[in-house]
This record gives sequence, C-alpha cells and structure tokens, in this order.
Amino acid sequence: MLNPIDLAFKKAKNENRPALLTYTVAGDSTKNQSLVILNAISKYADILELGVPHNTPVADGSQIQTSAYRAIKNGIKIEDIFWIVKKYKKNKNSKPIILMGYYNMIFQYGEKKFLDKCKKVGVNGLIVVDLPWPENKSFIKKCKKKSIYLIQLLSPTTSKERLNKIIRDSHAMNYFISMLSTTGGKLKVSAKKIMSNYFKIKKINPKKNVVIGFGITEKSIKSLKKADGLVVGSAICKEISVSIQKRQNPVTNVANLVKKLKYKIL
Amino acid sequence: MKLRKGIQVIDQGNELGFWGGKFGGNFVPETLKKPIEDLEILFNKLKKDKKFIAERDKYFKNWIGVPTRFLKLENLTKHVGGAQIWSKVVSDANGGAHKIYNATVHCLLAKRSGKKIICGDTGAGYAGKMLSMAAKKFGLKCKIFMGAKDIERQQPNVKAMKKNGAEVIPVYSGSQTLVDAVSECMRFWVANCDTTAMCVGSTVGPAVFVRICGWSTSQISRELKVQLIDEFGFIPKKLKLYNCVGGGSSSFGFWNEFMDYDKKQCEFIGVEAGGPAKSKRHAAPLTYGSKIGILHGAAQYVNQNSDGQIEETESISAGLDYPGISPLHCFLKDTKRARYTAASDEEALEAYKLVTKYEKLKPSLEPSHAFSVAIREAKKMSKNTIVVVNSCGDAYKDKKILRNRLGKKYA
Repeated sequence: MLNPIDLAFKKAKNENRPALLTYTVAGDSTKNQSLVILNAISKYADILELGVPHNTPVADGSQIQTSAYRAIKNGIKIEDIFWIVKKYKKNKNSKPIILMGYYNMIFQYGEKKFLDKCKKVGVNGLIVVDLPWPENKSFIKKCKKKSIYLIQLLSPTTSKERLNKIIRDSHAMNYFISMLSTTGGKLKVSAKKIMSNYFKIKKINPKKNVVIGFGITEKSIKSLKKADGLVVGSAICKEISVSIQKRQNPVTNVANLVKKLKYKIL
Repeated sequence: MKLRKGIQVIDQGNELGFWGGKFGGNFVPETLKKPIEDLEILFNKLKKDKKFIAERDKYFKNWIGVPTRFLKLENLTKHVGGAQIWSKVVSDANGGAHKIYNATVHCLLAKRSGKKIICGDTGAGYAGKMLSMAAKKFGLKCKIFMGAKDIERQQPNVKAMKKNGAEVIPVYSGSQTLVDAVSECMRFWVANCDTTAMCVGSTVGPAVFVRICGWSTSQISRELKVQLIDEFGFIPKKLKLYNCVGGGSSSFGFWNEFMDYDKKQCEFIGVEAGGPAKSKRHAAPLTYGSKIGILHGAAQYVNQNSDGQIEETESISAGLDYPGISPLHCFLKDTKRARYTAASDEEALEAYKLVTKYEKLKPSLEPSHAFSVAIREAKKMSKNTIVVVNSCGDAYKDKKILRNRLGKKYA
C-alpha cells in the first residue's frame, strides 16, 4: 500500500501542479486552536507539517521561534501533540501529517515508543532537523518498519557525493533547503538558481519526490512551481502572530493565506 | 567506558565524534555538515603541522603572554590551615581570561580557510571580548551574540567588545543568557556559513568545536606542568586541581596534560554553579545528575524537563550559567577520572571575600566557585598536599554584581 504521502504527490501531479505543504507549530497558539487551523487548511493543502516546538531550535528563524515559544508558554506537551494528530485524523478530509522537530524530544521519549505512538495516532512522516545522515541511519530503518517516512533534508552545501548517499538511504520523499538560511529567511537566491539545484538533485533519483522549502512566500511560490512540492512555514506562522496582534481570528486568516497560496500554483 | 592512555582525550572520540560511544557527536542541520567537515579536515591537518604550531606558539607567547603566573597563596594557606593552596593565575593572559586561547586559534583557522568574518557566542562576555580582540588582531570582522540579560550584567566586557570593533547582537529569545546566545550564533552560522567562520566559546557544540577548544586551552596545563617541576623538582605526590566548570573549557585545559597520571596522585575536581542557595535552579548538570540530552549539536548531560525542553538555569556567574556541559566532562565523569561538585552563589561570594582579604588576587565569580570548594576541602588535607586553583578570570567584569551583593568595599 502506498504511503498517503505518495498518494498526495500523485494527486497533485495528476492535476499538473506541485503539492502544497504547510507548516504550523503544534499548540500555536493553543492546543485546540492549532487543531482547528489544521482542519481549516486541509481543504487547500496537500500535506501538513506539524512542528514540534523546542526551546533551543538551531535552525529556525524568528517567525517559527515566536510560534514555538508561544506554544510552549501556553503549555503544549508532547502528549498534546499526539492528541492533536489523533483528533485531526478523525476528520474525513484529513491529509498526511508530517511531524517536524528536533531530536532531543524523540530521544527523551525513546525512539521506539515515539514511533509506536506516531503509528498509533496516524503520523505519516517525520523530519528531524538535527539528525542528519549518517547519524540517522538506524532511525531510518526503525521508521521504515513502521511505514513512517523519515524525510531527509538536502542543502545547497550538501556535496554531490553526500547527496547520492543520502538519497540512496532515503525514503520516497526528501526536502531541499532552498538557500543558506534558517527557516523564513528572505529568499536571497533567484528562483532560477534554486530550480537548477533542484533538478540536479531530482536527477539522482527521479522516482523520489523532492519538495522545496525555506523562504517561500505568497510572492515567490509561483516561480518554483515545477517542483514536486513546496513548503510554506514561516509565512503562516507570521500570519498567526499578526492575527493575534491585531486581535483577528488566526484560523480564518491562515485559511485565507493557504487558499491564496494554492491558487498561485494551480 | 574507558579513558585511554597515551592518546589526547580530544582525539578519543569515535568516527562519528562520540566520546565513550555516547557523548558529543554532530546533531546539526544538514546545511552545517559541509562547513563542519571542512573545519575538521583543516584542524586535523593543522594540528599536526609544525609551522602552524609554531605560529600558534608565537602568538601565545608574544601576544597572549605566556606563561601565566603560578604562585603560592601563602596567607590563604596559613588562614585555612591544611593543604598548600596555590593558584594558576590564568587571568594574567591578555584580556583577562583563558578564553583568549580558543579565540586566537579560531581566528588563525579562519584566516587559513579564507573567511573574512567570524561570529561567536558569549555568556560572561569573556569569550566575546577575546574573540573581538583576536579578530581585530587578525583583521577579521566580528559578530558577537550575547543574551540580553548577560549584556545587562556584564557591561565592562560589552564595552570592550564594542571598542574592539565587534558588533554585539543582543539575543532576546528564551532565558536571554548563554544558552540562547549559542543557539542564535549557530542559526547565524547556518545562514552565513559560506562567508563566516564560527567560534564556539567553550568545549561545547559539534565535536570539532569541542576538540579545537580543548586543544587551545590545554596551553594552561602545559605551562603548569613545567611550573610544578620548576617549583618542586617533580610532579607532587598529592596534587589536587580545582577548576570551575560551565561549558568546561578552562577546566579541561587545566587538566589535560595530567590526564595520564593516576588519580590518586593527581586528582581533578570540577566545581559547577549551584545557583542561589534558596533556588531549585542551578547550572550543575553533572553534580545533580541531569539526564543525557542533545544541546547545541552534542549529546551531553543537560538540565531538561521530561519532554526534552532545555531548562533555564540560574547562577550569579554568567560564565557558568549554561544548562549543559562539555561532552569531554561527561566522559571524564563517567570514566571517574574527574570528580564534580557544586558551589552556591553565596559560597562563591564568601570565597571571593576570603581570597581578596588574604591575597592580591581578584578571581572573577566563576573561579570563586572553585576557590570555595578548594578552601573547604583543603582544611582537611595534609600539609604536603598541593591544591592548585585555576583563577581563570578577573573580577573586573563583576564589579557591579560585587558592589550590589557585598558592598562598595569589594567592588
């Protein structure tokens, strides 16, 4: 059976467009609200990344940090995150869920216990920002046994040789970081350059889906639409922050933003 | 888990950079894999390169000023009544603390790699001050990340950094102390690793930074070994080396050359920051049995909650105010080569009062923690025991805190 992640890519391809991946932080700004947001954006997004907030994030820019600190401050715990996924998956229109976070949280929970729990609540994939190849080799295998994808990150600094090895050991989806940046940085390289790097990676194994993320906004998303999938994170987190600041409803604002993003890539 | 003899501890990690199979490593975002690998190749080559070592020694000698003094604290010894208390006055080094060794080596490496900018983190401000000095010396642009709370409490060092032309970037996230400064510095490096070199201010971070820092601060014990032999004609039969431990750079450097001696002859005592006596918070993960976790790219004992969120620390000394600890010290603890304990804020202040009352020495709040335990334990030791305390920083930076806590007389 195909992983629902593969099905989501397939569906997008059939519609001749990239898959739209969103990233929100679990528990931002509260446990319930983040669940409502997931439900609201499911209509437009193809795959939902759910950030596991951590208080020493070494790869996140200010927008995602703000969301993560807000969620932690409002008391989000790892069990709450599983609760959110479990509840969300009861939604008939639910999309594949990818948890994205830092390794210490998995390490403290216990790799096996964490994966068991992921399986139980319906997590489809994982991104562990600070567990790169080859440190992640044994974890990749454990994920595979549970049919959970461990999505690996590829960067403009990743050497050709390393790309080959990572992709060889990877599951059916990888994540290309558009530029040297933390999440949410301003796009400092041209879309053309990003796409040319992207196609080099894609060539290594065309069967595996590669998404592009970091710095993608409403403005830039269209220029990257030849990719298998595009991830928007910081722009959404920012929308939540701004909505809270303006005392507006983050749920409607985020849903509107995701809707607009979707139309840009149709 | 075993400590091997005849091999430098910094080189005892496995191929993935783990000491004892579980401490250290490289838990970093993919983007940093390449720059870290490049730095590893460069460092492994240069640390065997006689020309590079000669260059390092030249700057250590002519610019940092080596050796720093090794002297007997006669009055304090008399007052305490017990072991002989000596001090290695590392604060003699240019800039006033041991951080200058690591900063100098990182700038030399940055020059070799062709980088024009260097970024670094700082807690007490010494690592930042020294990096700004070294960067100026070697013609590099310098960016220092420092927690907003630390900027407030360590103003003299902030002023020094700015005077040296460094840009000091305040970090407002989290607890606004060292832990957040290191995170922010790493994030900056993630986004700028093509043009910028990073200097991690202690023996923490991804494995190569632990190694470079340990290699650099080992200058302290190289000097001490010679000085002990000059003074006694041999390495004393009962030698106790006391050092404060925050990230662990000065203590590791203070002990490294004595690693292969039997611990009955040469004992290492690391003193962590116990925090305020009445507070549950501390910065002493080894003393209080914190669990292993991942912080800033390395597996180590670290203060954290059951979810794996890093916990806030509390200490009067900004330089020790860090929730984690070098993988090297985790390794030395688990192999039982070193013993770790803690001193509270109040105990450190008492020790500062005592040392400054009897001696012409002004240890900063960090080494005052080490003095506290050394004085307490020296009382019960024989006269032929040689206690050496690394006075690794000068109290000038702490004058505001000292004035608030102890009154004008001590500032």
